[in-house]
Amino acid sequence: MIVIINYGLGNLGSVKNALDKLGVDSMISKSIKEITAGSGLILPGVGSASEGMRNLRKSGLDKVIIKQVEKKKPILGICLGMQLLFSFSEEGNAECLHIIEGKVKKFNTELKVPQIGWNQVKQKPSKLFLGIKDKSYFYFVHSYYCQPKDRKIETGMTDYGINFCSAIEDKNVFGVQFHPEKSGEDGLKLLKNFTDIVYANNTGN
Amino acid sequence: MLAKRIIPCLDVDQGRVVKGINFVKLREAGDPIEMGKFYNDQGADELVFLDITASSDNRKTIIEVARNVAKQVFIPFTVGGGIRTVEDMRSILLAGADKVSINTAALKNPQLISDGANIFGNQCIVLAIDAKRNNNNWKVYVNGGRTLTGKDVINWAKQGVSLGAGEILLTSINRDGTKSGYDLELTKKISESVNIPVIASGGAGNEQDFYEVFIKGKADATLAASLFHFGELKIKELKNYLANKQIPVR
Repeated sequence: MIVIINYGLGNLGSVKNALDKLGVDSMISKSIKEITAGSGLILPGVGSASEGMRNLRKSGLDKVIIKQVEKKKPILGICLGMQLLFSFSEEGNAECLHIIEGKVKKFNTELKVPQIGWNQVKQKPSKLFLGIKDKSYFYFVHSYYCQPKDRKIETGMTDYGINFCSAIEDKNVFGVQFHPEKSGEDGLKLLKNFTDIVYANNTGN
Repeated sequence: MLAKRIIPCLDVDQGRVVKGINFVKLREAGDPIEMGKFYNDQGADELVFLDITASSDNRKTIIEVARNVAKQVFIPFTVGGGIRTVEDMRSILLAGADKVSINTAALKNPQLISDGANIFGNQCIVLAIDAKRNNNNWKVYVNGGRTLTGKDVINWAKQGVSLGAGEILLTSINRDGTKSGYDLELTKKISESVNIPVIASGGAGNEQDFYEVFIKGKADATLAASLFHFGELKIKELKNYLANKQIPVR
């Protein structure tokens, strides 16, 4: 079972719809018990970092997520969900989950912010991109981007005024700045890859 | 590089797609899901569903449409038409739409833009503006171009942005349905006046019209209806044409 973590911000249904389409068992939940029992976790999110963190702390889910990651459970952060995995976000000066060392910064560009639309992801080898062509387009909606301290975990780069990190893989922790659930066939493939990682992880144990 | 977007617009009346259903090889041409899938396969970057249902009794059907499309079509989609309140927005977005488009209701009550943006985020709020040329400037019209509002298009666009609109869907009433090309001058004016994406609409007749509104009109995206619905222009072919002319497309 893949658990889509519900922390009171939007866009949970789209991720669930995509997993349903793929025939993958999933649930939307804020229950500590269900999140602990899940084989893999997805941290989605549309909204602001400070509000997201406030909701996570209020419900105690911040500690639950950190603990599950320490137990090597695969997790995929999507958009704001990816940003929350980092140490700190400039958006509302929010302390985040500190699962990935690094900062989340606001775009400082002549281009229109937020970036809205389809942009290319230049890949480095990652299980998440298996079977997806390099430089494929994914759908982005964001004003902030992640800057990991350890650049070796960057698995996707995208150009928007600057060349920013649009995907990461660090052991069992995955993050994408774009919305795979809104990125057509390539997006569905990426979500399928994540579920394959989750279930390979289970049989490995 | 960020791609220029191509967006087909579908008119929905009581849950069925109407106007221009001259589709080939579609099992159920009036079904919003089938048409959404069809355009998704063709390479559309987003979809817009415009609810033209006159009776408010039937408002619930558009919510069902959004719910069903969201289960089957995995690209962003916008729902517009008849959205008057934050609660209308909420029910459409909860059903699975990514954005809502507002027009007349925003003119009557501009605060609707900021209320919606504050709750759902700017990226959810598309401000639709119907513009008609009036000597050397453009005025905002409602009721499909029949009623003049007295608002200047550029000022209204700027006001919309300051209130929190995330995108502008700009329709030229003069060009709509004429196939004589997008209004390049209007699109450029608005694009240069605001720092959010502008979707050009009204007047597309051939491939070159799209190229010109991207280059000369500085549009971020283009919307078209009948041209796609009647198969006169296939999205794949259009994208090949644009790619050959160095326009970044998906």
